[in-house]
This record gives sequence, C-alpha cells and structure tokens, in this order.
Amino acid sequence: MKTEGRPTSPVAANANLPQTVSGSKALDQATSLIFETGTPRRTGVDLPEPKGRKSRLGSHAREGEIGLPGLSEPETMRHYVRLSQKNYAIDLGVYPLGSCTMKHNPRLNEKVARMPGFADVHPLQPVQTAQGALEVLSVLSHWLMTLCNMPAVALTPKAGAHGELCGMMAIRARLDKDGQSHKRRVLVPESAHGTNPATAVQCGFSVDEIPANDKGRVDMDALRTKLEGLGADSDIAGIMLTNPNTCGLFENDIIEIAELIHAAGGYFYCDGANFNALVGRVRPGDLGVDAMHINLHKTFSTPHGGGGPGSGPTVLSDALKDHAPVPYVVAGKDGFDLVEHADENSFGRMCAFHGNMGMYTRALSYMMSHGSDGLKQATEDAVLNANYIQASLSDVMTPAFGGTCMHEALFDDRFLKDTGVETLDFAKAMIDEGYHPMTMYFPLVVHGAMLIEPTESESKGELDRFILSMRSLAQRAKAGEVESFKQAPVYAPKRRLDETQAARKPVLRWTPPSETAEAAE
Amino acid sequence: MRYLPLNNNDRAQMLDVIGVDNIDALFEDVPKSARLKGLIDLPKHQSEQAVERFFQRLSNKSTPAGSVPFFCGAGAYKHHIPATVDHLIQRSEFLTAYTPYQPEVSQGTLQALFEFQTQVALLTGMEVANASMYDGSTACAEAVVMAHRVARGKKSKAILASGLHPHYAAATQTLASTLNIQIDSQGAQIGVDADVIDRIDNDTACVVVQSPNVFGEIVDLRPIAEKAHAHKALLIAVFTEPVALAAIESPGAQGADIVVGEGQGLGVGLAFGGPHVGLFACRQKLVRQMPGRVCGETVDANGERGFVLTLSTREQHIRREKATSNICTNSGLCCLAFTIHMSLLGDAGIQRLAALNHEKACELADLIDGVDGASVENETFFNEFTVRLNRPAAEVVDAMVKKGVIAGVPLSRLAPEADPNLLLVCATETSSDEDIAAFETALKEVLS
Repeated sequence: MKTEGRPTSPVAANANLPQTVSGSKALDQATSLIFETGTPRRTGVDLPEPKGRKSRLGSHAREGEIGLPGLSEPETMRHYVRLSQKNYAIDLGVYPLGSCTMKHNPRLNEKVARMPGFADVHPLQPVQTAQGALEVLSVLSHWLMTLCNMPAVALTPKAGAHGELCGMMAIRARLDKDGQSHKRRVLVPESAHGTNPATAVQCGFSVDEIPANDKGRVDMDALRTKLEGLGADSDIAGIMLTNPNTCGLFENDIIEIAELIHAAGGYFYCDGANFNALVGRVRPGDLGVDAMHINLHKTFSTPHGGGGPGSGPTVLSDALKDHAPVPYVVAGKDGFDLVEHADENSFGRMCAFHGNMGMYTRALSYMMSHGSDGLKQATEDAVLNANYIQASLSDVMTPAFGGTCMHEALFDDRFLKDTGVETLDFAKAMIDEGYHPMTMYFPLVVHGAMLIEPTESESKGELDRFILSMRSLAQRAKAGEVESFKQAPVYAPKRRLDETQAARKPVLRWTPPSETAEAAE
Repeated sequence: MRYLPLNNNDRAQMLDVIGVDNIDALFEDVPKSARLKGLIDLPKHQSEQAVERFFQRLSNKSTPAGSVPFFCGAGAYKHHIPATVDHLIQRSEFLTAYTPYQPEVSQGTLQALFEFQTQVALLTGMEVANASMYDGSTACAEAVVMAHRVARGKKSKAILASGLHPHYAAATQTLASTLNIQIDSQGAQIGVDADVIDRIDNDTACVVVQSPNVFGEIVDLRPIAEKAHAHKALLIAVFTEPVALAAIESPGAQGADIVVGEGQGLGVGLAFGGPHVGLFACRQKLVRQMPGRVCGETVDANGERGFVLTLSTREQHIRREKATSNICTNSGLCCLAFTIHMSLLGDAGIQRLAALNHEKACELADLIDGVDGASVENETFFNEFTVRLNRPAAEVVDAMVKKGVIAGVPLSRLAPEADPNLLLVCATETSSDEDIAAFETALKEVLS
C-alpha cells in the first residue's frame, strides 16, 4: 500500500488553474452576503396573519421597510452551512492556541444544557418553579469551591474579563469598607494578559508593572524592592498574577508573593485563565489567593462558539466573600432561594439575572463526567502533551525558557533569525499544513512568541503528526524557502487579508450599492 | 475516561521522550506545601448515562415556560425559535471555533458577524454596530462609560430615566462606581420618563432612556434627544425586547447617539437569564470610542472580498491599561443565533412577528382590564404592560402558580422599594388563546 500520498506544494496552487464561472471551487462554495441574495418580502418563517385590531402603540409605530433581507428555510440552511465550512474548528483538527485551551467539547453537555428545565426557564419566574435550575447553581458552586479550596464563589460574571472585574471590585469594596481608600496601586507583571491592566484601570486603580526574570517568572528582587518596608498601610491594593503564568510556567515563588502582598495590606487576585493546568493537583486556596476567576469555557470545556459566550465564576476568600455581587443562590428550609438585592457589603450587581446558566450546566456535566479522578488525569495529560511537544521541537525551534513547562509550550523566534521568515509567516504556513496556528506574539515579554497549547484532547498519534509538520516547517524556513512562507496560506478559503486597509477605512456594515456610489461622489 | 485519548503506554513513551521518570516531575515547580496528595473529595468519573440521568432529574424540578400559560417578560422573552437556528449553531465549525483571530480560516464566523452588525444597525436605525456584548445590561453600562470617554472627562453626570430596567441601572451603577461617573437615578417609577429633560444640564455626559421601558410604556425619545444635544450630551437609548424595534420607530430615527439592548428575543432561548446577547450600535463618528469587538470588510492577497476583526487598537490586548474597555469576548454563538433567526424572518417576517406580539398583548390587556381588582396602567405598550392589583403582586403570582399559570414579574422582584401592587405582564406569539383565557380565569379566582 502506498502511504506517502501525493506531494502538494504551493507551486501547484499557484499554477495556472482554470477560473470557475460560479466562483466556487468544488467543495469550497462561493458565498454571497444575505443582503445580496435575500429580499425584504421573502421569509423562512410561517406566521399567522394578524387580525388587524386597533394598535396601542400610540403615535410611535414604525413606518416603511427596515431593509432586512429574508431567506427561505433552504436558502438559510445553505447560506450558513457554506459559511461554516470556511471555519477551522476543534472538531476538525489540532487547534493549539496557547492560553485559549481549545479542548474537546463533549456533546452530552450540549444535550443537558438544552433540557427544558434549564433552557426554557425564565430568570424571573417564581423561585418555587425554578428549583432544578437553582440546584444546578448550588451543585456547581460546591464543585468549584472544592476544586479551589475557597469558601465562596460568585457565579454571575459572564466571561473571564468580567470575572476579573468581579474580583477587583470585591477587593476595592473591602478596602473601602476598611477605610483604606488610599490603596489604589495594583501590581501587574509585564507578561500579563492585556485584560489585567485594563480591568485594574476600569476599577479605578493605577497599574504598576513588575518585570519578569530570565526564567520567565516574576522578578522577585524587583518585587521585594517595591514592597519591602511598606507595611500594611501602604498604597498597595493588590497584585494581579496569572498562575501558571502566560509563559506556561508555574510561579514557583507564588507563596512568598502572596505573603509579600498581604504584608503590604494588599490582596492577591489570581487570573485563573490557566487553571486547567492545576485542577485536581493544586488548589488556589492553598497558595494564598484571595480571588480568582475560572473560565468555564477553557478549563471546563464549554464551547468557545467563535468568540463566546463565556463564563467567569470567581472564587473569593474569607476576606472578600461578604462583598460578592448579587444575585446568588442560598439553601433554605423550603428549597433553594435567591438573594437578588445587594446589602451594604456587596459591591452590587454585574449584569441582569443570574449569569450564564447555559454554561453552568455544560461545565457541571463536564466535571461530573470526569469526576475527581478524571479531572486530575486531564490536567496531567494536558501538561504531558505540552511537554512532549516542547521536547520534540526543542532541537529545531527555540523554547523561550529552559526546563519543563505546564500546559503550554512557549517558543520565541530565535530559530528564525536571518531566515526572513517571521512568526506571522510561520503561523500562516501552519494553516496550509492543516493546523490552526498557535497563539502568536503573546506573551509580549518574548520576541516573536509562539505559544502552543495542545490540551489533553489530542492523541499521541495526532501530536506526532503535528510535530512532524512543525519540524518540517522549521527546516524549510532554515533552508531559505522564505518566499513560500510569505505567500502562505495558499490552501485556505482566503489568502492573507489586508488588515491595514480594514482599520484605516473601516467598512463595518453592508450598504446598498446605490448608497455606496453616492458616498463616493 | 471517554474524553482522554492517551493510554498508559502512550504516557510512558512520552515521559521517556521528555526525559523524566514520572508525571510528578512536571509539577516540581509547585511549592511542596501546595502539592495535593490523592484525589479531591468529589465523586469519581461517571458514564454519559449517569450524568444525563442526574440532569434529567434536576430539569424535572423546574417548570419550563413552554409547559404552562406563561407571561413573564421584563428583560427576557419567550419566543418560538425555528429548528433551523439550533441546528446551525451546533455545527462543529461554529460551535468549536475560537474568536476569529486568524481570518483566513475563520471567514464563516467573520461574515456572519458582518451581517449581524448590519442587521443590528438597520433594526436600531443606527450607522454602525459592534459584534455584540455579554448582554443588554452590560451593554448599557459600557455605553455610559463610553459616553464619558466621548466627553473626555469634562462632564461627570449620567442621567438614568425612571423606566430603565432596574437590573440595567444596577449594572451601570456598579461599573460607574469606580470611575468618577455620577449616576443620577431616581429609581423605578412609572410614567415619568420625560422628567429627565429637566435634569439635563451642561455637566451631563449622557442620558439613558429605555423604550419600551420596563413598565412596557413606549417613550417619545425626540424631545429628550433635542434637550440632550442642546447641552452636548449623548442620548443612550435602551431596549430589552428586539422584536419591539420592528413595531416602533427606531431609536436612531428619534435622535439616539448610542443604542444598546438585549437581543435574546431573537434566536436565543430564556436559559434562566443567560447566555443572552447584548446589542450595541452607535453613530459612525463615535465608532473609535465604541467598546467590544468589531468586524470589517477588506480584501485578501488575491483581491477577493474578505472579513477581519478590526479597530483592535481600541482593545485591551493592544492598548492594555488605555483600552476602551476590558472586554475581551462577545457573545459569539448567541449573536449567530440572532442573525440566523433574523435572516429567516426578514423584513416581512419580523414585522408580522411584531404585529402578532402586539395583538396578543392587546387581547390580554383588554381581558385584565375587565377583572375586578386589576387595571392596566399603560397608555401605550408593545408586548408587555403593567397591571395595578388591589394587593401585593408577589402574592397574586404565587397564588396563580398554584392554578397552573405563571402570571408575570412583580415589580418588587426587580426593585424592592417600588410599589408592591404592580405586576409586569408579557404576551408573545407563543401565548395561545387558551393561555390568555387561563390567565383571566386564574386572576379572577385569585382576586375574588
């Protein structure tokens, strides 16, 4: 049996292939915009004719067409199926986006989330008719608090950054309650995700950056210099630290960091984006953490959905728990109840209703399926897979730091030096190999960063094929094939897109051709 | 464990390649005192069947909206969702994709976002829209913060109208509390939205008005916009029911500068309050102050039309502490559901859907007005309105639950200081004639 397959190369794609009249290329179907195919009078929904009774809209009725195109059901189906086929997806192949945790999304979780006792329950229907939904909140809280060894959790934050806001607002509320309103400085490592400084500022804090050392961790000398001798009455409100950090490394001085911050009268906000490297092996509560958000869409596999919805429940320490936002669920003698109105300690409400219930059911289903043993195994496999990739590529690529990593392997672009190939080109060439690129140019502390997170969902065979591709690309770059990298991708539904033009002259919506012509005149 | 492909043989081989003896060696950076021994005290792994049974048992403990005559609105609305919508959003390529940061392999998500932004702009009567926010309430809060950015710190006040959903007001208050934004709010009161006109002054950065408001009343935005603009303040128009915008004059046509609201009513289920989808639209001239992701049109290296996320210089991953917002996600799959439902409806469909909603609400309102001890407070409404009862609404709702009817939301549930006798009632195209009759019968029995 022939196993090598027919070689493909960019030359073949650039050859003088025939143009099709349709614009489609076999399975790659051309897609027009709904505004180009639909018409306002067509509809894919059959609704009964209104009886035409007297309106009670007053003088505010909308007149004329809105301009929304309609499609019949088969046209709708075809439009979105065609669009879907232009997306890469976890279900299609390796999606090694560092810090994003693209793991398998079990379909059981989709099924339970759609059960009518959760999916078709109104957030304000009487609590005695929503007991099953409230029980999910309660059970999920128990799992999250137990995994973290923390005494409280606020479920409502709707994404990771919203969870950061929750934790930092709780810290601010506590400081204000203690008459410590002068504490407004927050330390943030320079390797932090951009949401951390943005969140601190949104909470009215100032940001003070702390440098990294040559091992990719917090520079403890710099930190001690900043904090030593300040005392509990200092202006330090706290620290926002990701652990494992954005370089994929465990902050081995984390307990001392927590002690230094607490001695300066500050609180320890841990960005839990990478909690998936710890679940079942390390509990944040044992590290001195005061608040940490958990990305249910990363660690507990609620689907990323092309950019959300996420969910960012935030665990809180004893010092902060009284300041948690409303609403939250409590167990009473007649079943579960909701506390929906803030007392004088709570920092208030973050959103309408109870957070992202649809993510709670999915995450809990994921956790219960794994159990305490499976969650620990998943963590270990994720760390094992990342280290396997790092070890298998370290002779042809350049790991940013020495030693083993946690759940993601960070490379810099030293191995591309003098090749003319940049991290961006390397990423685009991965697309042609059939892989989604790794996270690129993040974290900022590493030049031309390439952050690879395979997750526990990849088999050894899949990893071996991925490693083979990556080695081949690294060797091609070094062999001087810069031009093919600059052209990449050539096999994707689109070639490289002009992002500069998009930003300089933003076209953010479709406009009828006649109006476009008028605007140009 | 069914989700984990590695077996022990694989693991041993991989440890060998890494050059360590066992998995513990990869966790050596963890301080000794924090290394867990053994398993955490939680149940072990379970079969798919066992987990499904657990959730089925819990699901059975709630009363789904579709199983009884159901009349709750107040920010979340029960509508029929075509089967096509749920099928399409579960396609692997949409469901299991990340944010479209690599546009060459994300054109599906990106084009859907571009179409979504256009639909939202048309529906709200605005020039541009972003790729969605967490929900309506957080969109409202972000709009207020945006208005203060536009005012460059020269104006401190944000005026909230008394008909703004109390949860929206609270979420806005929370976000504003740390940013030196003075929130001028007088709590939830019926029929006095126009009072904001007298409160607008030169220190006002924005005025926030919901229409239809939380009581269901449709508010004339024009005089408010006029006064706001005379004082160089922005009018932020809010809605909680997107279907209403097909029936009433768009906020953009009435002079709003920013329009925010909840999109759940189209394509997205109740889900006990989330995930939902926040809609955010504004005038073209304000676009660089707009928070959240935005998708734009461009061309690829072959000159073909394509789409990318753009204007990212506003965002946290570039601007860090100078970003317009800390938001780093949208409500991707929910905005996909919204745009698919909207594509199915089209102009004709959504206008008819709106007309049906309004008729059902009118029928219900007429019947309630005929019940002793109950009266409809509204002069105008779309598909929800406020009923004044002769006793606390929470008691009436509980008594009606016992008769198999979920009657609505007591205003006191949203605002404890508000009049306890007010009940917010909503009817949609899903309310059958039998449901409406059951409401009337149960209400008569409870009030008699």
